[in-house]
Amino acid sequence: MDELSWGQILARMAWQFWPVWIALAATFALSITFRRRLGLYGKLFDSPIGMVGFGIVMFWVFTALFADMIITFDPLAQLSGLKNKLPGTPVPGQEGAYYLLGGDSLARDVFSRMVMGARRVLAIAPAATTFAFMVGITLGLPAGYFGGKLDTAISFLANLVLAFPVILLFYLLVTPEIRVTGIPVILAAVLFIFPVIFFTVLWNSRYFTDPKRRNLYVGITLVLGLWAYSGLAFNADPLGVWSMDPNLLNVFVSVVFVNAPTVFRIVRGIVMDLKARDYVAAGQTRGEGPWYIMLWEILPNARGPLIVDFCLRIGYTTILLGTLGFFGLGVSPESPDWGSTIDDGRRLLAIYPHPAIVPALALMSLVLGLNLLADGLREESLRD
Amino acid sequence: MQDLDTQIWDNSKPILEIENLSISFFTRLREIPAVMDFSCTVMPGEAMGLVGESGCGKSTVALGVMRDLGKNGRIVGGTIRFKGRDLTTMSEEELRHIRGSEIAMIYQEPMASLNPAMKIGAQLAEVPMIHRDMGKAEAWALARQIVADVRLPDPDRILQAYPHQLSGGQQQRIVIAMALMSKPALLILDEPTTALDVTVEAGIVDLVKDLGEKYGTSMLFISHNLGLVLDVCDRLCVMYSGEAVETGNVEEVFNEMRHPYTQALFRSIPLPGADKTTRPLVPIPGNFPLPHERPPGCNFGPRCDYFKKGLCDAQEIPMLAVPDGDRHATRCLRFQEIDWDAPLKAPKTVEKTPVGDVVLRMEDLRKYYNVSSGAFGGGSTKVVKANETLSFEAREGETLAIVGESGCGKSTFAKVLMGLETATSGKIFLYNQDIQDTPIEKRSTDTVSSVQMVFQNPFDTLNPSMTVGRQIIRALEIFQEGADDAARKARMLELLDLVKLPRAFADRMPRQLSGGQKQRVGIARAFAGGAKIVVADEPVSALDVSVQAAVTDLLMEIQRKNRTTLLFISHDLSIVRYLSDRVMVMYLGHVVELGTTDQVFSPPYHPYTEALLSAVPIADTRVKKKRIVLEGDIPSAMNPPPGCPFQTRCRWKAQVPGNLCDTVVPPLKTLESGHQIKCHLSDEILRGMEPVITIAAE
Amino acid sequence: MLFFVLRRLAVMLATALCLTFIVFFMTNLPPNLEKLAKSEASARMSDAEVESWLEKNGFGQPVLQRYGEWLGVLPGWTVTEEGRTRGRCFARGQTDAPRFCGVLQGEWGYSSVFRTEVSEVIGRSLGATAWLMLWVMIVMVPTALLLGVLSGMREGSRTDRVLSTAAIASTATPEYVSGVVLIAAFGSATAGLSPILADWGWIEGRTLFLGTATSAMDQITFWNFALPVITIALYGIGYIARMTRASMTEVMTQQYIRTARLKGVGFRQVVMRHALRNALIAPFTVIMLQFPWLLNGVVIVETLFNYKGFGWTLVQAASNNDIELLLACSVVAVLVVLVTQLISDIGYVFLNPRIRLA
Repeated sequence: MDELSWGQILARMAWQFWPVWIALAATFALSITFRRRLGLYGKLFDSPIGMVGFGIVMFWVFTALFADMIITFDPLAQLSGLKNKLPGTPVPGQEGAYYLLGGDSLARDVFSRMVMGARRVLAIAPAATTFAFMVGITLGLPAGYFGGKLDTAISFLANLVLAFPVILLFYLLVTPEIRVTGIPVILAAVLFIFPVIFFTVLWNSRYFTDPKRRNLYVGITLVLGLWAYSGLAFNADPLGVWSMDPNLLNVFVSVVFVNAPTVFRIVRGIVMDLKARDYVAAGQTRGEGPWYIMLWEILPNARGPLIVDFCLRIGYTTILLGTLGFFGLGVSPESPDWGSTIDDGRRLLAIYPHPAIVPALALMSLVLGLNLLADGLREESLRD
Repeated sequence: MQDLDTQIWDNSKPILEIENLSISFFTRLREIPAVMDFSCTVMPGEAMGLVGESGCGKSTVALGVMRDLGKNGRIVGGTIRFKGRDLTTMSEEELRHIRGSEIAMIYQEPMASLNPAMKIGAQLAEVPMIHRDMGKAEAWALARQIVADVRLPDPDRILQAYPHQLSGGQQQRIVIAMALMSKPALLILDEPTTALDVTVEAGIVDLVKDLGEKYGTSMLFISHNLGLVLDVCDRLCVMYSGEAVETGNVEEVFNEMRHPYTQALFRSIPLPGADKTTRPLVPIPGNFPLPHERPPGCNFGPRCDYFKKGLCDAQEIPMLAVPDGDRHATRCLRFQEIDWDAPLKAPKTVEKTPVGDVVLRMEDLRKYYNVSSGAFGGGSTKVVKANETLSFEAREGETLAIVGESGCGKSTFAKVLMGLETATSGKIFLYNQDIQDTPIEKRSTDTVSSVQMVFQNPFDTLNPSMTVGRQIIRALEIFQEGADDAARKARMLELLDLVKLPRAFADRMPRQLSGGQKQRVGIARAFAGGAKIVVADEPVSALDVSVQAAVTDLLMEIQRKNRTTLLFISHDLSIVRYLSDRVMVMYLGHVVELGTTDQVFSPPYHPYTEALLSAVPIADTRVKKKRIVLEGDIPSAMNPPPGCPFQTRCRWKAQVPGNLCDTVVPPLKTLESGHQIKCHLSDEILRGMEPVITIAAE
Repeated sequence: MLFFVLRRLAVMLATALCLTFIVFFMTNLPPNLEKLAKSEASARMSDAEVESWLEKNGFGQPVLQRYGEWLGVLPGWTVTEEGRTRGRCFARGQTDAPRFCGVLQGEWGYSSVFRTEVSEVIGRSLGATAWLMLWVMIVMVPTALLLGVLSGMREGSRTDRVLSTAAIASTATPEYVSGVVLIAAFGSATAGLSPILADWGWIEGRTLFLGTATSAMDQITFWNFALPVITIALYGIGYIARMTRASMTEVMTQQYIRTARLKGVGFRQVVMRHALRNALIAPFTVIMLQFPWLLNGVVIVETLFNYKGFGWTLVQAASNNDIELLLACSVVAVLVVLVTQLISDIGYVFLNPRIRLA
């Protein structure tokens, strides 16, 4: 068999992505049809930039979802004779099979690894960002609302974390040695409790006038929350549903830890601005508790900038995860995740660039998509 | 270009001639016409007033003249002739020579219109340096002279200052000075005093009038305040929903209006003589049409008492000249059929509410704040005396107005009463229970729900991300009203009925409501727990005049129904005279005068009340006012003068022997029937005071 | 003003103490010490032997005390063994020593990787990094500000659209991506531009730019230094340009800009005289706060291009468990961050006339 030309490679890749194209077409058709009824999400489709960004992000989301259908080879399988082969190299012994984007230094299929890498990145980055937001919001609201000593104390801690160069923090936090000391578990225990606190306070402040409903909501939150908490933080879920690989936990916790202070600062700033509004005063004069005012009067009105920052921050987290992979920190060497693939590939960069270039472009396009999406959302939320 | 500057314009020809001007804004969805078929003429030395409610297009006209409509705005028809040259076809370069040298503009927000990072002198001197190639030294000298002309003390210091170092009044004088730097032929003033206090406003208005005469400048004066227009302008043009509806000589339009909207506007503002029981205000029914939902034919048609189907909605209505008028025209087809002098159709009068027992009593209330000066928390701490020895009582069903300008302590007082702050000393009795030391979280639900508040800013008073119904239901929940969700929902709908909003509004978001409607929801929310005492903090000052009447009316009606005690905080004396039973005047934390409405509005006055009364513009040609313009600005509450708080601006100070005013805070002396005045003036002098406002006999 | 600076300095000192302690604690965790013992003495030590080695070499004390010794506020440890006194402050083979020998006395310790004084390693690598940073700043700041101002002064124009999309794209490209792409495009003998140029005979060597910057340690040339500098600058350019644009568009909608325009000031003058100073206040802070980011970029780029500067040293120290060196690197990094924060605070006050200090 001959090697494929670039046109053929692109055509074959496009064909491999067929489930993604269908899903994308369906999403766009539905969204554009009903965009007037979909609020801010619908308005996104009035902005070309936002639409492009959304399209790129969804492309990767669907790729992650349908990765099993898209890949052409097992991402971990090493086929002999295909080490560092160029894109479009036929696989000997298999008719019509090609390493579409070539083989890496261990003779694995670059294309399949890139597709599988999307799944890994898109599983960790949004989840870690969500946790960082929970921590940032739960601490930022009272700091901005009450001010004073509480604010000074939390802000000092946040600045402490922010003054650390991220890489140094990673080198200190994400090492095999540190897992022995149990510091990641302690951090996880602290950071993962915030969502439970957040939702408990959220329901309680709203429904304390109606104890029956309050008990129901708070009860559900506590049961579900503490169940997941025991599994994720301590790996002690009695039912064994929730668990996290200690390697992953270490990475996850560090990323949340690095992101939370920035979210805290943003939330604090917005709260300081919004708390001077009359509707906040109206809440105070009818005797609402401070947490109701923070969570139900202020927070919903801060959603615009927070959603925008959420998108940006997923992108940033993706970059951070890549950085970790690039320095070979905390992930298993076999992992197809983009950062470590770039790290693997860069050793022979000057001679065989393709194993590093492919995940690099993939990562860049995902972050670009998230940034464009955030930009579109920002522009549209500022309008009228 | 240069010849235009030097050319002496023939004074019989108009400076500005706008003909059939139409301006539209283009959004993604549609074209929104902001101004349609607008014509007006300004002669040399003439002051033209543009009056109308917000959204009527008056500011757009001004920006159209400046050709500064932004990216989305465009002039879609008509001409604007300035000294005979059409501005609509001029190039950017030509416009640049006219802007600032021939036409200058003054805006509403003085602080925002000055560059925060440039010295005042540099901003002023820039104008002649651009337009007349003047040298720097010469330009600064000119700036110094003009700064003195706008009556600012110590011009040299001011030239070297940055904008944030000046007070609001001083900033506005600088903006005026900047406009006058090149002696323009036309001055456009867009609500130049709206952001200022009344007594400061009076000084600015005086200045504008004097300078207009001195420099012979024509003026286009934009305002929503009819009284101000009467003070300043020779002619006016009333606008409604993008169109001019009536134009003419100020006196003539005020006395012999020929458009139903103008008439309705005058009937809805509280002029002297209006009274909440015998001559209530007449609100204009309905709402201002949105720009893309204007009715066919006459825009005012759906709200007009004289509307005739088949005539008024059948055609575009042109401006028609009023016979025997002084360039008087109206956009009404029926102006000759209408009996303009007919008295109001049986004004609905109501019984005066009897006043009940004392429900709220304050004794010697003081509230001091410790503030640290300096932006970073360093430096010494200062004590701000926000409230000093406040004593009064309020009875059931009574309206007590609290009047004062910024920094007088009225908002602090409200906070202390609500329990958001605790008093430094003194007592507050609510139904004989003292609550001055009980912060709101320690008050019983009953106490909290019986003292409620209506806020000033309609755009801020409702949570933008919660439905109207939800917000009212939340108040019911927290006040423990209603047994279950269904009961509370029913009660919420009743409350919407109470404030005369359709029940369908329960599911709307606040952004879908107009300012007046939001304010109604705010009122419904305040009364959700059956409030006994309602503090209304400038509840209508941010609303348009025609809506003000309706909201005020509503408050009065609910008050009568529930026998609520209303504490009405306001700086607007016209509305205070209209609705209050008693008035308390505050200045820098002190109560300077307290009495019934009649007592306060007639002599003897406290010198501050006297100045305040004189400063309020009144849109009535019959009213003759004594002109008392206060010097300077209100002192900062951080740094109050020793002795009498008002002594720095008082025109009666010389009548008090010795330096009593400088050193001793005057005692609150009681005149006949409970009228209290905090002043050192002797009783004879007080008795000898003349009324500020007199209504000429017709 | 003085009071403000003093207060800031006090906060900064407290932060520095907290951070160095955290780093000290994290680098001196038991597993790290065990690793150290095994690499210094023998790889096949039993747990008990490790314990006693640590005890003998002063690692047995409580962590706070060791931190104090490292800092130089507590006297260094001493052990007397067979009549000979050894201790923290004893130079090899010496018999007497000062009581204190910590960072405050200028004693940074001994690097176990480079087998030399830590201060020497740090000094050399900082020098190399300083050159890198200098060129990054020279390229990055003017470019970013220019791009930001150009796109912000007419919001929504075509220039704006193009420039802001470019800025977004550059912030979306982390250094390890742009570095890889740049090397592949310009520094690879088999891919990108170089083979084509070499075919045409336009370049003498095999590649246009060098894919490594090792030679720049001796002599900086355009060909060995351009790629690393551009790689770091690219990420920062996008970020600063976006901040500048946001600030500029906000200023351009302010009332005082309209005032200036309607005074008859020309567009160029409006931008230069009225908008620029107000618009640059916010980006100034951003540029200053960029330093921690730049440090990130420096570490990645120095690793990628094999340029033996501060970032490269940090990676070597961290991956080889060189505790003293890693501590020194951390102190330097943290100090750089804190000092830039201080400068940004004070600079903000000077730039913004609205803030006046009591």
